[in-house]
Amino acid sequence: MFSVGKQLPYPVVGDAGIDKQFLAAPIKSAVDKFQLLPEFLKVRGLVKQHLDSFNYFVKTEIKKIVRANDRIVASKHPNIYLRFKDVRIGEPSIMVDGSPEKITPQTCRLSDLTSLINKQGYSLDCAVKLYSVATWKYAAPILVNVEYIQGSPGQMTRVEKNDVVIGRMPIMLRSCCCVLYGKDEAELAKLGECPLDPGGYFVIKGTEKVLLIQEQLSKNRIIIDTDKKGNITASVTSSTEAIKSKTVVVMENEKIWLLLNQFPKKVPIMVVMKAMGMESDQEVVQMVGRDPRYSSLLLPSIEECAKSGVYTKEQALEYLESKVKKSMFITDSSEKEGRAYSVLRDVFLANVPVHQNNFRPKCIYVAVMMRRMMDAILNKDTMDDKDLFKTMISEAKMWIDKFLEKNNKTSRFDFSHVIPKPLLAVQWSACDNIEYISRDTITNGLERTLSSGNFDIKRFKMHRKGMTQVLTRLSFIGTMGHMTRVSPQFEKSRKVSGPRALQPSQWGMLCPCDTPEGEGCGLVKNLALMTHVTTDEEEGPLISLCYYLGVEDLELLSGEELHTPFSFLVIFNGLILGKHRRPQRFATSMRKLRRAGKIGEFVSIYVNEKQRCIYLASDGGRVCRPLVIADKGISRVKEHHMKELTDGVRTFDDFLRDGLIEYLDVNEENNALIALYEGDATAETTHIEIEPFTILGCAMGKQAMGNIAYNQLCRKDTLLYLLVYPQRPLLTTRTIELVGYDKLGAGQNATVAVMSYSGYDIEDAIVMNKSSLDRGFGRCIVMKKKAVTIQKYDNNTSDRILRPDRTADNAGHMQILDEDGLAAPGEIIRPNDIYINKQSPINTRTQIIGSAANLPDSAYRPSREKFSGPEGESCVVDRVILCSDKNNMMCINFLFRHTRRPELGDKFSSRHGQKGVCGTIVQQEDFPFSERGICPDLIMNPHGFPSRMTVGKMIELLGGKAGVSCGRFHYGSAFGERSGHADKVETISETLVKHGFSYSGKDFIYSGPLGVLY
Amino acid sequence: MSSDEDESMSEQEEQTKSGKEDNGSVLDYIMSLESVPSKLPPHLELLKTRVLCKIDAPQHTDTIQYSGAYAALGVDNSIRLDNFRQNFKVQVNRLTEDDIEFDMIGIDPALANAFRRILIAEVPTMAIERIYMANNTSVIQDEVLSHRLGLIPIGADPRLFEYPENAGNEKNEKNTIVFKLHVRCERQQPRITVKSNELKWLPNGSELPSEDIKPNSSSKPKTFTSFSCSQDSLPEFSGNPIAPRNLDIILAKLGPGQEIELEAHAVKGIGRTHAKWSPVATAWYRMLPEVVLLKEVEDELAEELKNKCPVGVFDIEDIGKGRKRATVARPRSCTLCRECIRGGKEWEDRVALRRVKDHFIFTVESTGALPPEVLFTEAVKILEEKCERVITELS
Ligand code: SF4
Repeated sequence: MFSVGKQLPYPVVGDAGIDKQFLAAPIKSAVDKFQLLPEFLKVRGLVKQHLDSFNYFVKTEIKKIVRANDRIVASKHPNIYLRFKDVRIGEPSIMVDGSPEKITPQTCRLSDLTSLINKQGYSLDCAVKLYSVATWKYAAPILVNVEYIQGSPGQMTRVEKNDVVIGRMPIMLRSCCCVLYGKDEAELAKLGECPLDPGGYFVIKGTEKVLLIQEQLSKNRIIIDTDKKGNITASVTSSTEAIKSKTVVVMENEKIWLLLNQFPKKVPIMVVMKAMGMESDQEVVQMVGRDPRYSSLLLPSIEECAKSGVYTKEQALEYLESKVKKSMFITDSSEKEGRAYSVLRDVFLANVPVHQNNFRPKCIYVAVMMRRMMDAILNKDTMDDKDLFKTMISEAKMWIDKFLEKNNKTSRFDFSHVIPKPLLAVQWSACDNIEYISRDTITNGLERTLSSGNFDIKRFKMHRKGMTQVLTRLSFIGTMGHMTRVSPQFEKSRKVSGPRALQPSQWGMLCPCDTPEGEGCGLVKNLALMTHVTTDEEEGPLISLCYYLGVEDLELLSGEELHTPFSFLVIFNGLILGKHRRPQRFATSMRKLRRAGKIGEFVSIYVNEKQRCIYLASDGGRVCRPLVIADKGISRVKEHHMKELTDGVRTFDDFLRDGLIEYLDVNEENNALIALYEGDATAETTHIEIEPFTILGCAMGKQAMGNIAYNQLCRKDTLLYLLVYPQRPLLTTRTIELVGYDKLGAGQNATVAVMSYSGYDIEDAIVMNKSSLDRGFGRCIVMKKKAVTIQKYDNNTSDRILRPDRTADNAGHMQILDEDGLAAPGEIIRPNDIYINKQSPINTRTQIIGSAANLPDSAYRPSREKFSGPEGESCVVDRVILCSDKNNMMCINFLFRHTRRPELGDKFSSRHGQKGVCGTIVQQEDFPFSERGICPDLIMNPHGFPSRMTVGKMIELLGGKAGVSCGRFHYGSAFGERSGHADKVETISETLVKHGFSYSGKDFIYSGPLGVLY
Repeated sequence: MSSDEDESMSEQEEQTKSGKEDNGSVLDYIMSLESVPSKLPPHLELLKTRVLCKIDAPQHTDTIQYSGAYAALGVDNSIRLDNFRQNFKVQVNRLTEDDIEFDMIGIDPALANAFRRILIAEVPTMAIERIYMANNTSVIQDEVLSHRLGLIPIGADPRLFEYPENAGNEKNEKNTIVFKLHVRCERQQPRITVKSNELKWLPNGSELPSEDIKPNSSSKPKTFTSFSCSQDSLPEFSGNPIAPRNLDIILAKLGPGQEIELEAHAVKGIGRTHAKWSPVATAWYRMLPEVVLLKEVEDELAEELKNKCPVGVFDIEDIGKGRKRATVARPRSCTLCRECIRGGKEWEDRVALRRVKDHFIFTVESTGALPPEVLFTEAVKILEEKCERVITELS
């Protein structure tokens, strides 16, 4: 082999020694790049989008926020201040009797340390020794270093204090603040954590909460669309730290208008231009473009403006002043400047900054908007498809950021909460001001929002419900699926098909298969395996880099020069930077810088020929995915790279750093020609997929029963379904292995006969073998939790638990109680059995005479908890957990276990959605048997196949059969046949033949009742 | 049940047949004529005695039982006991400790199937039915552990025991086998795996008190069984203690400090109630394969045919002059994979795959309570019993 090292991608000066032709020749065999995937997942994790954004927040964002508002000054005494110097997140801990104690997620889940596991005897004594903790959440203190002035006005001293707690932040599991970060399997096991658990969620009040990934329209981007009346509009949703606004420019009755919330009615755009200092109509026309077609479209608007007698800036402002909504902006400054002026400056196109009252960038922005609109009128093709994914952004991080920002902003805007009166008021004593920092605002705000899922950000007029959900723990893979779910922006009721359709630009970013049935179909999506959601990146250096690379500054350009032929506008994060005369060269050099690691790997460079723009993006919330770079169709990843990877000398990041792989977002994908396989690459190909199957997510069997985690028996879920004998599928896929589904399987391998049998199998019903069920097929465990609180009442009385009276009438129902009045673990519990012998005081309102402890027995009434379950089911008390709840009352959790075998009417499904209820259960001797004595576990009707067209299931049937006969797991990965990650049907069939089965998988079978061949 | 019907049906047929013969002197006359065939023509004979296995499905799978099915041809199709006696053959091919393979020739599939069904569902064995859990601190749930225990084959001859119902559900030494399992993993010790060898036979019956022990009572506490004598002392068990048949079945795993203590009671039952009482892992038969070359297959084709078959049914013989011909060497090992007739119509025309309808290759895999050959005779006895019951009911 040859070694070219890193020389291949870049033409090196003086590379005389290299045989160029040899290098240019296509390599013979395609390189197996599969190994990159586990490597990718190792560095990024399966729920990277959650972890990345949280990590970014706690590492960078929170510091920025605090830096932006670091100084708090007493309103009456400007030289008394408090300054936040630094902020960091401490270790997850909890305050126990005033001192911090470290916590692990598992303790928070169980929300107690005194849980008594499995059937050991216990006494009530240890239950009394409860931790006096208000709430159990997995949170860490937010620590700040502060500097403040202390003392009385006469003698002020500057004091510095480090690590002051200003609140507690819920910590995302497996994030960089979490105790689980970087731990290996054994260490995780010690912490009671499942090593396969992906993390990425919060534990609040003992429940696991996920922040859903939200999908939104891109902010700060011009979107051309038609409104309800069929008018062409150009809209921009501006979003800055300070304000969020939507600006719409609409073409109605041939005239162009501006729609803005602050103006109750639409206003002519030309007036707005004039108000921004663009008094010359000619310059506006020049800015839009000198093409006569543009000017003729603009003419009616200009006339309209002239008709209303607006010629100068002052006239325009006056005109707008009369239109502006009265209630808005009644601050001092806006009174002074005029409301219309401040609206134009602060609200109108808020994403374009106005420095020193220079409105020119805004004028150009409006001109570009108008030009794009006119393009759309002249040529319908240029219309943006709003449903197109590229204008959407998945904003997992946005939400955390915005939300947390809000909470920290509260500490800036509303200091009465965080720093109470003394600092701000006149009379303050010489006390230690730091004492006054309140911790509850941030803590409670964060907790309330995360546990309720309601996001209310007043400043942005944002009210959204259901942003967080309780993590589903029905199956391991269901949990995974929940973490990658993308929830839609629109309400689900919309009866439209447009946004539900699969978009071409979703290729590789969102899973094309994984979407729910019914109302959310096509709206709720799931991320694909390798999707990455970006976080914000520093803009300043990138902007100056653009100028260095020859972008001509907007300030220096006249309106005329804006649209000269051969020059492209350079738009950075929705902001027009200027123009560039050699767009391709500019794009290439930016990309080279990115591949060399000089600028962030997630910066996207997209040349839009049609709009004559170069879009640069470095903002957060874009989805992107890694691809192998190809030069003239030749992959940069070579055999030796992969070897280095398997040898462990090269990591995924090295591939990025060496410019072998890069991330492309949906926009930049438009500039790329991506080959699915290396063999398909032609000279035009710019990129090659790492592994084609990564365009899929992990959508299999979310409702499947099986295992949920290694620590499943130590958890305290309200409802838990477990399979007694879960198995790893015989026909697996690479994704299954990547996700860890083979380690935490759900489901069982069944011997299936596809045939008609007995007529109890119509309508997809299945017939099951009784002996298989006897032997444990499909046996499952259902665990239910019941919580009983020992209530404390206002009058100091409280519930009490009594020793059971073995002689009483209902002693039969109290058999399972221990002497402490609680059901003993391991006891079989029947309906109406009492599992806690509790009594409540009759009088809970008025004050009682004497001490509460000495209350006579007559003052109590029994409030025993009876077990209610279906008759005939025998449940078992699995565990009893004692803990304190958030109001510091004792809470007793009972976990009831019910082991059940499949019955008539239970639903079963294959992995291909071929679900069916169990129609009848038949004795084994009545079941058909094959030449080799194989008797199926279940029979399914062949009529399920033709209409469903589940070819995959056919392959699975074959592959599974081949798997058992040759003792090797077979693979059925999508796209895998060409790259060798899936077994071809032909080879499967050959295996079958080799082991004496029919090529087609069909067997001759004997009838069970009759004994003859069918 | 179906076996009863088969039996009675053939009897009935015989009766009707004999009745016909009484008044059928005309028939006798015709039969004696020379031009009337007394045997079925070969194509009908083929359909009667063979299943034709075509590429996609078997044909003529049914057995023609009606005595007058071929009356029009003058062929008597009745089943005669004499014929059956003459033709019926059993030939043992393989016999090991756990399984047996034998040929049963000259019998109706209904009867062969009856034996199979009885073996699976009606031959009794002993299996653990009741668990008294004294302590279980392992991760495995009580129900799951009990289920696993139930499925362990017990090496005890069920013929020496009675059904518990017979004793009015009283547990005595005649109907119950008691095992004890007490394993403990000490702290600071590595994890241990509990296997079925930990099940210890208690010949004296249960040791667990069934009621709360009253400290002052001097009499023996009442237990869950009432054995009148130790099972040890019974002659049939004195030499060979009862134990699980396989000693390496994993029951549970224990971590340090965990413990399982339980008592398991095994009783007699049949496989129809629960698969754990089934004496066989499985019992099945297949019809004898018959592979026929319809045409001479020579030279390359012969070579091809030989290579096609994954189990080597075909062989090649030299027919001189360097020419080769395919022969059917080992038809018995044919698995009906239909490889030899895959590859187009011409192959289907060359090779015929058939099954002989009255030749069964029977396999019984015992779980170990009884040796396989004994199991089969037990099954025959049960069928006999059933027939007798039907006969007595009828008479
Ligand atoms: S069916 Fe299969 S096993 Fe039987 S002879 Fe043909 S190829 Fe051989």
